[in-house]
Amino acid sequence: MQLTLWTYEGPPHIGAMRVATAMTGLHYVLHAPQGDTYADLLFTMIERRDARPPVTYTTFRAQDLGRDTAELFKTSVAAAYTRFQPQAMIVGASCTAELIQDDPGGLAKALDLPIPVIPLELPAYQKKENWGASETFYRLVRALAGAPASRPAREPGRRPLCNILGPTALGFRHRDDLIEIRRLLDSLEIDVNVVAPLGASPADLGRLKEADFNVVLYPETARSAAEYLKKNFGQPFTQEVPLGVGATNRFITEVAALTGLDPAPLLDGLGSRLPWYSRSVDSTYLTAKRVFVFGDATHAIGIARMAARELGFTVVGLGTYSREFAREVRAEAAEHGIEALITDDYLDVEAAIRAAAPELVLGTQMERHVAKRLGIPCAVISAPVHVQDFPARYAPQMGFEGANVLFDTLVHPLMMGLEEHLLGMFREDPEFHDGVGPSHLGGTPFEAPQAAASLESVPAAAAPSLAVAPILLDEAVTITAASWAPEAERELKKIPFFVRGKARSNTEKFARERQLPLITVETLYDAKAHYGR
Amino acid sequence: MNAPVPPPTACGGIDFHQEHGQRAVFCGLTGIVWLHRKIQDAFFLVVGSRTCAHLIQSAAGVMIFAEPRFATAIIDERDLAGIADANEELDRVVTRLIERRPDIKLLFLVGSCPSEVIKLDLSRAAQRLSGRLAPVRVLNYSGSGIETTFTQGEDACLAALVPELPRSPAEAAPSLLIVGALADVVEDQFLRIFAAMGIADVRFLPARRAGAMPAIGRNTRYLLAQPFLADTARALDERGAHRLAAPFPLGAEGTTGWLQAAADAFGVDDTAFAAATAAGRARAETALAPHREKLGGKRVFFFPDSQLEVPLARFLARELGVELVEVGTPYLHRAHLAAEIEMLPAGTRVTEGQSLDDQMDRCRAARPDLTVCGLGLANPLEAEGLSTKWSIELLFTPVQGYEQAGDLAELFARPLRRRALLEV
Repeated sequence: MQLTLWTYEGPPHIGAMRVATAMTGLHYVLHAPQGDTYADLLFTMIERRDARPPVTYTTFRAQDLGRDTAELFKTSVAAAYTRFQPQAMIVGASCTAELIQDDPGGLAKALDLPIPVIPLELPAYQKKENWGASETFYRLVRALAGAPASRPAREPGRRPLCNILGPTALGFRHRDDLIEIRRLLDSLEIDVNVVAPLGASPADLGRLKEADFNVVLYPETARSAAEYLKKNFGQPFTQEVPLGVGATNRFITEVAALTGLDPAPLLDGLGSRLPWYSRSVDSTYLTAKRVFVFGDATHAIGIARMAARELGFTVVGLGTYSREFAREVRAEAAEHGIEALITDDYLDVEAAIRAAAPELVLGTQMERHVAKRLGIPCAVISAPVHVQDFPARYAPQMGFEGANVLFDTLVHPLMMGLEEHLLGMFREDPEFHDGVGPSHLGGTPFEAPQAAASLESVPAAAAPSLAVAPILLDEAVTITAASWAPEAERELKKIPFFVRGKARSNTEKFARERQLPLITVETLYDAKAHYGR
Repeated sequence: MNAPVPPPTACGGIDFHQEHGQRAVFCGLTGIVWLHRKIQDAFFLVVGSRTCAHLIQSAAGVMIFAEPRFATAIIDERDLAGIADANEELDRVVTRLIERRPDIKLLFLVGSCPSEVIKLDLSRAAQRLSGRLAPVRVLNYSGSGIETTFTQGEDACLAALVPELPRSPAEAAPSLLIVGALADVVEDQFLRIFAAMGIADVRFLPARRAGAMPAIGRNTRYLLAQPFLADTARALDERGAHRLAAPFPLGAEGTTGWLQAAADAFGVDDTAFAAATAAGRARAETALAPHREKLGGKRVFFFPDSQLEVPLARFLARELGVELVEVGTPYLHRAHLAAEIEMLPAGTRVTEGQSLDDQMDRCRAARPDLTVCGLGLANPLEAEGLSTKWSIELLFTPVQGYEQAGDLAELFARPLRRRALLEV
């Protein structure tokens, strides 16, 4: 048993729902107890869908357990077929139904419906949501893509044809990433054959094999299916996920190489404002800002790379809850000279953020709340997300416009360069004193998180629980100072608040290592010289 | 627990139907989301699957981040395969939890569908852990979807508390117990009204702290503040308490009827009752009047959700002039709702249970002016051009009593006002 307050991913049948809901003409019959219909509201509320997900639940209850839940399942499948007339169906069990061991596949088969009925085996006690989505999509492709065949060579003069694989319902910015990538492919003079699962019908999956290659936007959901298509239809698939300008350029180069096209016109174009914005002098203050990145593997890897190479940040933490992609994330972390954090326990993530003492957190909605509690600026870069991250406006993450969006998203939570400069220059002035905090963080004064004082300065609402919940503290926090001389304490206050906590802990560490009983102004500056910045 | 009620033969003049099929409802685990706010030193540990944890986090929204007092012990493969002894695992998780949260005085082990299907004996576990963790008390109840629908989770929780309540002395003077979690502000309002009537000894179940739960005995008269407390009522009856039959305190009329039941039982004379309630009734009337114009004549359809549907329908019909198309309810407790059923307009269609697609068809065909339903249905129905009021808000918002009558009407009036307001 695992004690869980928060879960980054739902159970695997939610992943199956994300695929079913993304598609048209497909219906999912889920053997599940009463109450599991809660999952509908993820789609109707968070993603604001205007129709119920195409899912029929058996909603069995205790009284049904004494009777025949298998019969109930068969009735539900038959009724769903009659009512919705889908082109294909998927059937499976949720966690509880898995325990009662009816066989959804066999039961549905016995009905002998005139459409493909694809059984799903989603082990709810081992696997999670993204795996469920990936497995469901893979099973659908396997069942519906047709017999393995060697693909005839592309006729001369015909534009290359690709599939775009991976976008689902409830995917973080999938809607707009898709628009952006379609635009990019069109500029390369590549046609899109099928996009799947999002917007595809079972019949469309039968046409997948007509494409020359596959674009895999989200490996979490689409890599298994892409590998199947590669093996059976000889379709190569893209490895580069176009998050950031560099990755988008590499993506274009990769696609061009797959198709024999010339990428140069697109690479030379002014695709994104990011390179100039990042070079403009106001961005100088971004240099080596300490950033902690956590999310699904695809976004964590892509955005860490982009943050380091395109914004000049220092990645001080990188992690994912996607265990399936731990290897890739570890490799990326090694590039930044750090060790990856692979966990689905948000308390571990919180502890790691405290220990890394970043100036910016990039993560999921959980990291947003952790960062809020710690008073650190934060931006959301990965699912799971709340309703506000399914925005009405155009907001892709991928491609050149995605890079523009990411520049704004990553920089806005930080103080703008000029504001930071003024704060340093006029720090004792009433308008700019260092307790005001950045205007876009609500103007609440806060201490930087790594200062020991931050434990007392958490908002009142969170305070009682914090007081009773021991939290893994990093060394710098738990070991309190050698005492500070009053004039050193005053001098410390002159340091801008957003680096003050770091200065405090560095100084205390410095004093501790040298066994200095009292921190003086001299110690403060000795430590500053020692650690540099 | 939820044995189906036999079709009523004489249920006032309502048009009663039972329906079987797919049910779009929450399970009883959802009750934790408001119960943990009410009992401030209790912790709710669900023993279940990742689905259970996911449900609670979806239902609790942003509340999850204030280190709330609930969590899930997720059963994994090792527990199922018998590699790990589920009871030992549970003890380990609970011990770790209590170490982490030493402020907790009462721990509920909440059963789920998976824990019930694998027949994990949580009542034994609760007994065992109560001994080991004293003075922390450990109780258990089921919030599983196979046993409970939405608000029935509260019923199961309170029913688990009843055997633990201290016994009041046999010779004690009659005392009044209000049963069902109410917002603190509502409790305080009722306390003031009861005091004005001269009923001084009024207690609430659940109390705000585990150590302050009310005593009960033969002297206890209790009023249900919520319509979904069948098992709790039975447990209270078994301990000798007497239920006061009453409508539920929704709207001015319901509140007056509810208070009147207590007044009658405690011998409050008419003058004292009128004096205690006059101001509240007048204020409720003032607050309701403007909504009557907006809601009068509107046709309302209720999907089943919380068992609050019948009292709410009664309030809307009688105090605001609403026309009822269909009143769906997950269960209809005929005895507890007798007063409500009597007050419903004759011939009101009441449906117990659900067959979702059929009910949606009826709703579409009727094209009501307002549909009260869950969040899974609300946006899809809006997209079909129907105005909706999402029902879960009625559990989280203070709606009982005189002072909230206007707020309650406003919850129904607002979606209609909004629809009229929007030009795009």
